[in-house]
This record gives sequence, structure tokens and C-alpha cells, in this order.
Amino acid sequence: MELSGGEILVQCLKDEGVEYLFGYPGGAVLHIYDALYNQEKVKHILVRHEQAATHAADGYARATNKPGVVLVTSGPGATNAVTGIATAYMDSIPMVVITGQVATANIGSDAFQEVDSVGITRPCVKHNFLVKDINDLAETFKKAFYVATTGRPGPVVVDVPKDITDPNIKIPYHYPETVEMRSYQPTLKGHTGQIKRAVDLLLSAKKPMIYTGGGVVLGKGSEELRKFVRKLGYPITSTLMGLGAYPASDKQFMGMLGMHGTYEANMAMHDCDVLIAIGARFDDRVTGKIAEFCPHAKIVHIDIDPSSISKTIEVDVPIVGNVPDVLQEMNTLLEETDKKPNQKAIDAWWDIINSWRAKKCMSYDRQSDKIKPQMVIEMLHEITDGKAYLTSDVGQHQMWAAQYYGFDEPNRWINSGGLGTMGFGLPAAMGVQFAYPDDTVICVTGEGSIQMCIQELSTCLQYGLPVKIVALNNRYLGMVRQWQEFFYENRYSHSYMESLPDFVKLTESYGHVGIRIEKPEDLRKELERGFAMKDRLVFFDIVTDQTENVYPMIAQGKAHNDMHMSPYCEPPQDPERELS
Amino acid sequence: MRHIISILIENEAGALSRVAGLFSARGYNIESLTVAPTEDPTLSRMTIVTSGTERIIEQITKQLNKLVDVVKLLDLTEGAHIEREMMLIKVKASTMAQREDVKRLADIFRGHIIDVTSSTYTIELTGACAKLDSFIDALAEHKIIETVRSGVSGIARGEKSLHL
Repeated sequence: MELSGGEILVQCLKDEGVEYLFGYPGGAVLHIYDALYNQEKVKHILVRHEQAATHAADGYARATNKPGVVLVTSGPGATNAVTGIATAYMDSIPMVVITGQVATANIGSDAFQEVDSVGITRPCVKHNFLVKDINDLAETFKKAFYVATTGRPGPVVVDVPKDITDPNIKIPYHYPETVEMRSYQPTLKGHTGQIKRAVDLLLSAKKPMIYTGGGVVLGKGSEELRKFVRKLGYPITSTLMGLGAYPASDKQFMGMLGMHGTYEANMAMHDCDVLIAIGARFDDRVTGKIAEFCPHAKIVHIDIDPSSISKTIEVDVPIVGNVPDVLQEMNTLLEETDKKPNQKAIDAWWDIINSWRAKKCMSYDRQSDKIKPQMVIEMLHEITDGKAYLTSDVGQHQMWAAQYYGFDEPNRWINSGGLGTMGFGLPAAMGVQFAYPDDTVICVTGEGSIQMCIQELSTCLQYGLPVKIVALNNRYLGMVRQWQEFFYENRYSHSYMESLPDFVKLTESYGHVGIRIEKPEDLRKELERGFAMKDRLVFFDIVTDQTENVYPMIAQGKAHNDMHMSPYCEPPQDPERELS
Repeated sequence: MRHIISILIENEAGALSRVAGLFSARGYNIESLTVAPTEDPTLSRMTIVTSGTERIIEQITKQLNKLVDVVKLLDLTEGAHIEREMMLIKVKASTMAQREDVKRLADIFRGHIIDVTSSTYTIELTGACAKLDSFIDALAEHKIIETVRSGVSGIARGEKSLHL
């Protein structure tokens, strides 16, 4: 079979089993678009901005654990995609981004729409390639998918100059079954000796704590994690990225930890004597003050990326390996060993934890005559039976969604945790909706974030995506406002947004349904009305309390036991003191 | 502490910038960096001299290993090793006294005068980084016109080696 470069590229995608290609055409990729024209296997999704193409592919990848694939043109096509590539990089999302490039002969000549895509993306990709010979095209794609999806996943950019895809130059096509790279061999299996040490340490714990992250979701380790946690009977907390890997409704689950984590999770982190971190990377939003992070704990860390281990926090038992493989080995050891957890100590630990829980740190004013954002999220859970896919943008709404939805399954909570990219939510929801056309997909957003990629309402109409957009509209860039209230003596510098659009009319002009909700008593009825429109995109513009804050909050650089608490939680008490 | 890190890296366009970019993006020091192909033209050998606490050096080696193009890595300073750097240095030597003194210093340091004009000597000197520094110090009385240093390359002593 003799194919042109453009045809080879499309054939590679087919051979990789790519369902959706999120993209935007332009000069340098016209040959590729021509090759896409007469085929139906790879469905091309035309977005309205290249940033949205990357976020949509990213959302698809997060929901399915399959690589997201993007096609953009050279120059501005590539630079617009950079934010989405960096977003995927920070959260280790497998993605292959094909960027068009000017013809090889013109590279370096400041040609029209030329940019050094490989250079610009280098610091925010797992790897990137510039294809300079049509004969390398198929193998490069095999490598790109292999690198993107194995080890610690991440985005890979393949820069393809226009002449490489010339329809007049054809070569025999062969897609390699496998690929060997002497310079890239990810470790999967953990060190058996270290795993034994970790299990011994865990079984000797009196105040153990399990802290899990996005690596459990990415590594498909949820099932093994559940076995592991239930077998031990220990408390478990999760990072923002790991939510859903362990069911939020389970009694052993203590909620999220970190800057906006629960009181009980953060207090337990501070007081634990053995901590096991699973697929988590000790992000600064999680650790708070490094010097006072888990001051009494021996730490076990499982991560597939050796460079994550002892990067910010020195650990005692490092285990490099794939989360499910390592946990499976630990579960086997736990079954075989005669040693049991110290049940008396563990019961006493749970007593302390339950006294922290009694503080009810997630309380808020339920009697308010204004719509409370937390209430909206709780209601979303009820209406969707906790089974929706939730994407979010970045800010207060993101934290409330993470805190109040209660995710019981992995891959359901989709947000930009590492980079914190406003504008992520709507395009990511499109990607999820393509992957699961019959499921409810909600984009929880704010009036600030949604305007960063609002043009995608048009894409949603073109492809009939019935995403439900829930905008918590407080007329403020809420998280900025909250920090200004707490740390800048209420100087609300440029965090109030005047002249907001009429979101209902705006949505309608894009051909969708808009519903504005202003009163708490209308909330349930209007949400139910909107969610009943299964095949329509509905934009809920929900006017929420302007000055609501996200609680609890650990100020930047403070320790876990130093939290701003909601004024509505139970009176402060110090259980340690009471118990002793 | 000062470390000499040797890496074998795929000899591909952009490989050097991946390493250099990593150091600048993460704020690591580079004292010197040398790179050239090995006997196998598909592989380049790179020697990086860097400094930092043990924690930082550990991160540097891990981050370098994480680069997809890096095939193998060895921190030479962890074991016995040989370090060499080459320097070409042009010194003013116009009077008899200057010429004699520079020649004498070059001999002491086992350097070679490789170019001579009526007013300059150019000396080639090879050795560990510290030796080259000492030679420059020793030339304090003289006017140095130009200094070119290759950057450090290194190799492990004994049986130990960095190869595929």
C-alpha cells in the first residue's frame, strides 16, 4: 500500500484506534485535512479555538484513560494549543498533539505562520518530535503514542512540516506493531523488598493515614486501592486529582486534603505516624508548610515517576512502580502475613478522627436567602444520583465541586489541578460527552472562567453535545476576591467584573437553552427542568452569594493544623487535649 | 557540592536544548557542559558539571534520566574518576622577562606553547578544572589576552564505565 504523508498520518491514527481528532485547519495542515476528507473512521471535531481542541482531547483522555488526539496548524495554531498542552502536562494526561509546520525548506526563514513549535512546547511536553523525513512518519507516531501512554503519561507533540504530507509523494506504509526505545523504559513493577518494608511499616502503625492522588486514577488502580484500604481499615484522604478513586461515600474516606481539604483530613495528616502516599506528588497545595508536613510520620511513597519521590518531601520507603501492580503485591502480602493491624490503636485513632469530624467543617448557611454555591453542588449530586461526569474550570467553584459533589467512581471528576487553567471546563466537557454520549456531563464553572472558552458553545451546537453548564455567578473572580479579603485587607483589586453578558441570551444566540436562577426556592425546580432536557445544552446562570468563601482554608505556607474555618461549623475543640 | 554527571544521549537534533532547558527551567546550576558524539554516532556523550545539595543533585539526576532522549547516566563524582579540561590561553609576552616567565610557568604546569608571535604566547594546557584555575592564578603578573576552556569531560577509573 503506497500512501502520501497525509494519508500515512491518518492511517496511523486509525491503526492506533483513535476515535476522535480535535482540531482546527490551516495552511500547513491542509494536506492532512484532505486525507481526512474521504474517511469516517477518525471523526474530526472542529473546535472554535485551538486551546479548546487540546482541552477537549484532554477531557476525553481523563474520562476514558485513552490518549486524546489533537491536530492544529503551524504558528498561531500551535501557540494557541500550548496552554492546553501545559495543562495536560501538569496533570500527566496522555495526549498526542500534531502540529503542522512550514515546509522543511522554509524552517528557520521566518516563514508565514512559522514558529519553533518543538522549542516552544519542549518545557511542557513529555517528549516531542519534528518529522523531517516521510519515511520516519509512521514510526514516529508509534513512538508518540507509546511515550504518551506509558510510564507517567503526558502530552507528546509531533511537528509535521507541510512537505512531509505532500499528496504527490507516496511511500509504502507499514505501521509497527511495537516499538523499542533504548532511552525510554518505564518501570512498572515495584521493588519487592521495599514493598515488604512498606507493608511491615503500615502494619506497625498506630495512627496511619493513606493519601492518594491522580496516579491512582491514571494508573487504573482504583480497584486494588479499594481492596487495600478496606483490608487495612485505615483512614484515607485524596488530593484534588485523585477524587473518586476511593468512594467519597465510604466511611473510611475523610474527604480531600490540602489547602481546601477537610478539617479531619488535614488534622490527621498532621498527627499521623505512618503515611502512605499513592500516586500523589506532594504538591504545594497539599503539603502546606514543608517543614511542618506530617511531622511525626514515617512516609511510604508509591509513584511511577522516580523524580516525584523525595522531590519536596523526603520519604522513608520509596517504591517506584505502577500503582495497581504495587498495590496488588501489597494486597497479596497483607493476605499472606500473620501480622494484623494494631486494632486497639487504630480504634483509638478513629475516635480522635471522629471527634474532628464532629466539627462538621463543611457546614454552611443553609437558611440564607441567597443561593449558596455549596447547595448548588449538593443538589447536582442529588439530581444526577452522583453519577455525572463533572468538569470544572478554576477557582472557588472548582473547590466547591470537589468538596460537595462526592465522587464515588474514578474518571468522573475532570479538572485542571496542576496548571489551574481557567477555560478548561467547557471544552473538557465536550471531550467527555463525545466519549460518553449517553451520560450526563456537567461543566461547573464561574462567570469568569466560562468566558475564557465560551466560543465552544458553537462547537456544542454543531455536534449536538447536551452538556449542562452550571455557572456559579457571583460577579467576582471569587478565589481572587477571597484571597484579597483574607490577605489584602479587602482591597478587591480588579476582581469585580462589570458588564457581564446576559448569559441566557448569549446561550440562546448560540442555539442552546439558557436558564437564570436567582432565588434559593427556585433552584431545585429549575435545575430539574434543565436536566430533564436530555438532548439539549443548558446553561444555568445561577446568581450565588457574592461573598461566600471556600472553607476550610490553609493559607499558603501554613501547616495542616492551621486552618481558616467556616463560621458555621461546630465550636472549635481540641480532641487531643480532651482525650489525654 | 560539585558533581560531574556524564550522560549518554540520543544524538538527535534538539537533544542538547532538552538538557539545557531542563537546567534553566528548574533553576539548577551548570558550571560547564560538553557534548560530542561517541564511537557510536547515534549516541552523544555529555558531561555536565553542576553543584547543589545532595537533594538537588538527586533531583538533577532523576530529571535527566526522565528525559526521553537520555539513555544512561552516571554521576562520576560518586566514585573514583578522571576529570580533564583543555584550555587555550593567549598571554602577552613582548619583553624577554615576560617571555621567560610565561614559558617557565607553562613548563611547570606541563603546558605547551602552541603559537608564538613577537608579542604573544598561546599555551595549551590540559588537566582537572582546578589545575587550569591555578595556572590562571599563576599568570597574575601577566596580561591574559584570551582564555578558551573546553569544559570538563570525565571518565570513571577502573572497570566501571558508562556504555550501552
